[in-house]
Amino acid sequence: MSYLQIKNLHARTGDIEILKGVNLEINKGEVHALMGPNGSGKSTLSSVIMGHPDYEVTEGDILLNGESILEMDPDERALAGLFLCFQYPVAIPGVSISNFMKKAVDARHPEGKAPAGPFLKEMRENMEYLDMDKAFANRGLNEGFSGGEKKRMEILQMMMFKPSIAIMDETDSGLDIDALQVVAKGVNKMRGPDLGLLVITHYERILTYINPQFLHILMEGKIVMSGGPELVKTLEEKGYDWVREQIAVTA
Amino acid sequence: MPEFETDSNLVQEYKYGFFTDIETDTIPKGLNEEVIAIISAKKNEPVWMLEWRLKAFRRWQKMKNPDWAFLDMPEIDFQDIHYYSAPKEAVDMKDMDPELLKTFERLGIPMGERDALSGVAMDVVFDSVSVGTTHKEMLEELGIIFCSISEAIQEHPELVKQYLGTVVPPGDNFYAALNSAVFTDGSFCYIPKGVTCPVELSTYFRINAADTGQFERTLIVCDDNATCSYLEGCTAPARDTNQLHAAVVEIVALENADVKYSTVQNWYAGDEEGKGGIYNFVTKRGHCRGRKSKISWTQVEVGAAITWKYPSCVLEGDGSVGEFYSVAFTNNHMQADTGTKMIHVGKNTSSTIISKGISAGKSSNNYRGLVKVVEGAANARNHSICDSLLIGRDCSANTFPYIESEDDSAHLAHEATTSTISEDQLFYLKSRGLSEEDAASMVVKGFCKDVFKKLPLEFSVEAIKLLEIKLEGSIG
Ligand SMILES: Nc1ncnc2c1ncn2[C@@H]1O[C@H](COP(=O)(O)OP(=O)(O)O)[C@@H](O)[C@H]1O
Ligand SMILES: [Mg+2]
Repeated sequence: MSYLQIKNLHARTGDIEILKGVNLEINKGEVHALMGPNGSGKSTLSSVIMGHPDYEVTEGDILLNGESILEMDPDERALAGLFLCFQYPVAIPGVSISNFMKKAVDARHPEGKAPAGPFLKEMRENMEYLDMDKAFANRGLNEGFSGGEKKRMEILQMMMFKPSIAIMDETDSGLDIDALQVVAKGVNKMRGPDLGLLVITHYERILTYINPQFLHILMEGKIVMSGGPELVKTLEEKGYDWVREQIAVTA
Repeated sequence: MPEFETDSNLVQEYKYGFFTDIETDTIPKGLNEEVIAIISAKKNEPVWMLEWRLKAFRRWQKMKNPDWAFLDMPEIDFQDIHYYSAPKEAVDMKDMDPELLKTFERLGIPMGERDALSGVAMDVVFDSVSVGTTHKEMLEELGIIFCSISEAIQEHPELVKQYLGTVVPPGDNFYAALNSAVFTDGSFCYIPKGVTCPVELSTYFRINAADTGQFERTLIVCDDNATCSYLEGCTAPARDTNQLHAAVVEIVALENADVKYSTVQNWYAGDEEGKGGIYNFVTKRGHCRGRKSKISWTQVEVGAAITWKYPSCVLEGDGSVGEFYSVAFTNNHMQADTGTKMIHVGKNTSSTIISKGISAGKSSNNYRGLVKVVEGAANARNHSICDSLLIGRDCSANTFPYIESEDDSAHLAHEATTSTISEDQLFYLKSRGLSEEDAASMVVKGFCKDVFKKLPLEFSVEAIKLLEIKLEGSIG
């Protein structure tokens, strides 16, 4: 049994059905990539996994460690070990990063309060690792951040919260090569037997840094093709039109 | 920058809503010249003070309760109020009524010698009298006078005569006139030339007895090149009848003086249905009389059934500076109409206004402000930011910024926003493991940050805790 199981997931917002039967299994220790054209439903899938109230699950199930999480609120899912790197992180003006991080780390601490010393030390080390300036900790969360700063902030959170399943929604989009390398560095530090990763991306570029074991292709709300690392190359060479042809042949 | 350590285990109910059962000396309900004479006599006041009161009373009788703020409130029967109530026991700190001491402990107010190092000099006004002032000797050595206004009238009559009513004249408005007639206690601060007051001067107001009004009168004078920071806090027991608090606060800043005045207003606000609570009708005004003087108001308003108050600055001295920083939170059926007036008179004067209004429940929260530049007030500058945050759908927020400029050289900038806590912000924070309430509270505290950082540090921690308590139960 895989740690995260997505079974025949259908989801909609208003009258629009966006996910039309997604099946996906991710185990701890595995790195999966999910690719698909714009508008195919990648962000919707991440939002639904995290429990965004805008989307209604009409069919299917999501199981974490064997238990359905559909009835859980987003904060419960987070505390159960799920993490989402947002494609578009929102700003929370006036809330300093250090204050926010402390609250979120406290929420995960068995006594409800993490000792300040080790917390600050860990945060400082992680920030250094991600080439973030110390003074950054005093800034308002995502307030006036550049694209690259926002993405580093998401990776920093992932490093601090230590999830068992993390979904990265186009964390690489819009990044220059330096920022991309920093993001990849963070991900590679995190990967290991305790983390299952779903890397959603638009470009093959990041995959050369991250080397996923599995690749899935999402089109029109369904996973239409899955494979190993060799599929990355094929897709790179032949593009989505080739995928469309393949589906047409098998259909 | 302070780390806003938070304690979510605090309970939501009004923490200070208890009543202290002590023997009081209370005069019968009603208002007439005889009652005013009794108040004056109880305070051993000189004749000039009684005359001043009576003059104000006669003016008040000719005035009408104003209705322009469109507050939804029943008519107040001014004959149905006790105008004086005092603990019967002696008010010397050494043999203070043990019940009273207990009250102060519950309110977290340092009164004893053990707190002499706490960096705050404290005066406490319990119903109508002041019950003790700490740090007296140290302040005396510096020539600083910090005592109750009643004591000042007896001990420093020249100073009181010179300044009382010069910023807020007795006939200024209906409640100022009433206050001038019947004020019972409050604080008096005088900082002599060139002195920087080394501690926060603080007054704690508490309404305890039923059906009493509290008429606080505070006068702060900062002489040339002097600096002080004054804090005020207030609470009242939870009762299902309304009680009136009508204060007048006057600040005078002489040449190059710098006065910082901070309030945390936490009067009982009534219950969920809007029953009971304090009517908080206050006139606060500062006069920057000297060149380059500065008056800064910071207020955190989280209580009272109805609040009606506009701490203002008259910027007369050339180069003087006025500031107003406000957080006003309303919930249930609370009504707040608050803001400021900045009157630019001197040359090169400047003012800053930051107002953050948060409304929840069925409350209404208005910002009302005036920036006025009189003719000849060359190069006046004002920057105003008025932001409103709505929690839920049944509350309201309005902004009424009035601008009157008679001088073409003025630079006035006004920004205003109204927002709700966005679903995306809540989802983002919840997806990080924060509960809905913690997430909303975090957004609100962030919204208020620019004001909280203006408060003295210890006070800002308290104010943030208080706001958290108020937010609990108002979200979701
Ligand atoms: N909240 C929403 N309301 C309406 N349409 C939505 C919403 N979320 C997503 N969609 C639509 O669903 C489709 C998939 O969007 P999305 O999941 O963002 O795709 P991707 O991330 O793969 O680019 C798009 O057509 C998008 O317009
Ligand atoms: Mg997307």
